Formats: sequence, structure tokens, C-alpha cells
Amino acid sequence: MEFGPHLMLAMLEGLVQASVLTLTALGLSLVFGVMRVVNVAHGEFFMLGAVLAWWITSMLGGPAAVGFIAALIVAPLLVGLLAGAADWLILRRIDYDPERTIVATIGLLYIIQQVTLMTYGPDAHPVAPPFNTRLALPWFEWGENGFQMYWPWGLSTTSYKLFVIVAAIVTLIGVWLLMAKTKIGLILRATQLDSEIAQAFGIPVERIYALVFGMGAALAALGAVLVVPIQQAHYLMGADPLLLSFIVVIIGGLGSLRGTVVAAVLIGMSDGIISVFFTPTLAKMLATLLVAMVLVYRPQGLFGAKAA
Amino acid sequence: MKKSLPLHLGLIALLIALQFILPVYHHGVLARVMVMATYAMGYNIMFGYTGLLSLGHAMFFAAGMYGMGLSVTQLDMSIGPAFGMGILASLLFSLLVGLLALRTIGVAFMIVTLMFSQTIFLTILYFGSVTRGDEGFVIQQSVRQIAGLDLSDPTIRYFAALTLFTTVLLGILWLVRAPTGRVLIAIRENEERAKMLGYDTWRHKLAAVVMSGTVSGAAGAAYGVLFGYVGASFAQVPYSIFPLLWVLLGGAGTVIGPFIGTLFMFYLIDLSSGITDAYMLVVGVVLVLLTMFARNGLMGIVRERWAKWLP
Repeated sequence: MEFGPHLMLAMLEGLVQASVLTLTALGLSLVFGVMRVVNVAHGEFFMLGAVLAWWITSMLGGPAAVGFIAALIVAPLLVGLLAGAADWLILRRIDYDPERTIVATIGLLYIIQQVTLMTYGPDAHPVAPPFNTRLALPWFEWGENGFQMYWPWGLSTTSYKLFVIVAAIVTLIGVWLLMAKTKIGLILRATQLDSEIAQAFGIPVERIYALVFGMGAALAALGAVLVVPIQQAHYLMGADPLLLSFIVVIIGGLGSLRGTVVAAVLIGMSDGIISVFFTPTLAKMLATLLVAMVLVYRPQGLFGAKAA
Repeated sequence: MKKSLPLHLGLIALLIALQFILPVYHHGVLARVMVMATYAMGYNIMFGYTGLLSLGHAMFFAAGMYGMGLSVTQLDMSIGPAFGMGILASLLFSLLVGLLALRTIGVAFMIVTLMFSQTIFLTILYFGSVTRGDEGFVIQQSVRQIAGLDLSDPTIRYFAALTLFTTVLLGILWLVRAPTGRVLIAIRENEERAKMLGYDTWRHKLAAVVMSGTVSGAAGAAYGVLFGYVGASFAQVPYSIFPLLWVLLGGAGTVIGPFIGTLFMFYLIDLSSGITDAYMLVVGVVLVLLTMFARNGLMGIVRERWAKWLP
């Protein structure tokens, strides 16, 4: 394939990755923004979403679309409930102390991962996409014969991948509406600004925290359900989304939802493009180092005033 | 000093005695525990005494291990100088990491160390032609000889591990009573106040990172020497979490705690791996329970209840 069409293909793949990453990172960012804690088990909630999607679709049987729609609703809900319960049982009791929360969520990471290994097993399982029409894409070129359009071999995407992008955008608009236009959004923002004053105004902060922790996990699970027809469900699949979400959330500024979305699209796209043209190991290596350096040289700027 | 020195010397005497009475299997486990407890003690300098929580100590362990291993395979060094190279590598590397990472504090420090460590792991994979990546490489038995002693022999290996363990244990016992150690503890308790009293806290924190990283690297190099294997799995995230777990379990900020925690955890995982392959589940459960119910670990509880003098 020539460079132009190849780049376009890489960008399309990158956009799909970016869509899923946006949802996952948004969950992490929401939790940090409101609760000021880092959830290291976030990647495992992602994994759990994918595994539950497999479980639900294979339990229901029937046409792929029915199982998939059920998974799209039920899996994030279950993961959210589980995360909310974990918050209530564990994080609430350690007073959301930042360092102890990290240690506790590392513990949670291994518990979720290993219980999945014991029940779901070490194999990867696919989930059938609800629809998967192959769409060839045209390419335009200004050649000897003037402007012409042709169909390069291999330049194609599927209807499902386009659906993933649309679904992510719809979810984003939903989250924005929730935060900006509803009463619950107002309460969340108040808690984010100052949890003590919010409590003084009668907001049940502890319950809000459990809700936010559940919502964050549910967003990751939703991303996973969307990606699982493209990438199989596996008990170790949580590591990469966790690392990438960290990167996104740091670059975008922890807690800033708008920054998170912009950074997710940027990182997702460039990760997709770099992975097509270079080895993924090198891409990840440079990205990780770069982000660590961003944190080293601009910690306050990226972590907000809290780090000072 | 009156009570603590006999306690720690007693532990060493007990370990010497155990070498003669333990059955083969537990003898091997204990040698491994002593090396890993050295790693945990290194971690404890930063976490337990200085209050710096690192999530990336595997990079120091790996720096020592690969510094030693690559000196053997690439530079054809004999095992003694190669071990020295491992220590040197981790010393220089921890100095570099300290200079960079100490610009951050709190949660940012944790994430930066995590990411540096991940970068090292990926670097090891990327240079797979030299490091043999995930597969790792074996240090041949013919190389693992020092002054006519075969380090792969169980008894010699045990005493080599014990020598390393003893050196570091007594070194840390001395450190926490020395002025430098006192300042580290002051930084853990209240960095602002230590600064107000005129101590150069940044320099002390850097010293803590270098000491911690070098001891961890020495443990990594020793592991490669004594067990004859160098592999990328030692640079992965679980090996950054293990020392945290061991120290938390045994008691952060106690000299003897890391050993107790390591020993306890080794046998806990050993027992559970007989029941299930998912032995990391035990790690997770213990971590959660520790943060919820026993912040100070086993030796921390002992210190609170019975032995206030425990260093």
C-alpha cells in the first residue's frame, strides 16, 4: 500500500483506539477529580467489563445483536455496582488516604485479576460483533490524468468500528450533559470543589464517592464491551488500558475532564499510528518515558494545586 | 542498643543454626528469602524510614541483576567483579532516578517511579538481542565460582545469602541510629519541620534513594549470582509490588520487619500455590487487609504493644 492510504488506515485504527481510551481514561479522571484518589484497579474493571460481555453473550445465545445489547447495558452496571461496593467496604474505611488507597487498589487489582483467572480461565475468548460489514474506502489522488478516485486494496474499515466511534461520542455527550445540566452533576462538581463544604451543605459525600467510583469503573467497562468484538477478552487485558489511561490523565491534567478527552484522542491516535509504522514496544517505551518526564518537570501544572 | 543488638545478632545466629538442621526444601527457600529480604530492607530505607513510597523498585533490582548478568555474558567478567558491576550499575541508576523523581512528591512520585520502572522493563524487551527479553538467560555454573567456592552448592549459597543479609541488616541497624538515619525519620514524620530545623532534606532524600536503590540492586545481583538466572520478569510490576507488600506486612520502619514479612509471604504463597494457580490472589487479599486493619504490620504491632525500643 502507498503511504497516503496506509496513513489513513492507521488513523482510522487510531481513532477506534482513541474512542475506547477516552471512555476508560474519563472514568479514571472522574474518580481522581472528585475523590482525589488514584484507582490502580481501573484496568481490571475494564477487563471485567470485557469478560462479563463474553459471559452474557454466551449465556444468552441467539442473534449476536441481542446478546451484545444486553452486554452493553448489563456489564457496565454490574462492574459499577461491584466497584461501588469495593469503595464502600474498603476505601471508605481507610478515609480515602491517597497513599493507602493506591496500596489497597493494587490489592484489589490482584484480587479481581486472579479471581477472573480462577473462574474464567487463562484463555482469550472472542465476542461476535452485532454487525460487521466491511466498508471499502476510496482514495483520491491528483495524478497525470487529473483528479481521480480509486479503491486501494486493503483500505477498508468495518461498520462495527464506525459504531464504536459513534458510541463513544454519544457517551461523552451523555457524561457532559450529566455533569453540566443535572442536579447530580451539580452535586458532583460541588464535591469536587470542596468535599467538606459540600458535606456541610448536606451532601452525603460518602455515598457520592461510592457513586463516582462506580461510575468511573462503569465507564471503563463500557469501553471494554465496545472493544471486545475487535479484541478478545482475556484476564490480563487490563494492564495496557491502565497504563494508557494514566498517560492520558496525566497529560490532560488529572481531574480535568475536557483535558482528558483531548489527550485521549491525541494519545490514542498517535499510539495507533506509531504502532502501525514502528514496533509497539518502542512506541510504548518512548510514551512512558515521555509522560514520566512531563510529571517530573511539570508536576504542579498537571496535577493541579493539590500536589503543591 | 542494649536490647536491639542481641535481638538482631540472635536472628543471625538462628539463621546460621538453621542451615544445619533444615530439610533440603526449606533450606533452599530460606536462602531465597534472605536475598529477597535484603531487597525488602533496601525498599524499607525509602518507604519505612524516609516516607517515600516507590512503585517502581523492580528497576533497581533489575539494574543490579542485569548489571551483573550482562557483565558476565557481554564483558566476560568473572563473578566477583560482575557482582561489583551490578552494585555500581544500580548505584548510578538510582542516583539518576533520584535526581529526576525527587522533583515530584506524593502520588506523582509513585506514578513517576512506576513509569520509570515500566520504561526499564520495556527497554530490556526492546534490546532482546542482548538481554534475551522475556526468556532471560542463565549464568552458567562454571562461571558461578569465587575463590574456589561453587556458589551453586546449597550450603555455600546459603552462607553467601546470609552474608549479604547480615551485612545489610547490621548496616541498616547502624544507619537508623546514625545522624543521617535520624534525619531521614524526621523527614518521614514532617519534612517541613526538618527543613525548618536547617537540614537539607532534598540531599537526605537523594541519599535515601541511592542507598535504597543500591541495596535493592545488590539483592538483584545476588539473586542472579546465587540462582543463576537473569530475566525480564524481575523488572515487571509484581516485583515492584512485592517489596512494598513484604515491608507493609513485616512492619515498615523496623529493621527486622522486612525479613519477617518476606518469610511470612513466601510460605503463604507456597501454601496457596498448592491449592490454586492464582497465588497472586493471596497477595491482593493480604494487601487489602493490611491497609484496612494493620497499617503498621506485624513488627509495628509488636513495637506498639510490647517493645517500644524496637528500631
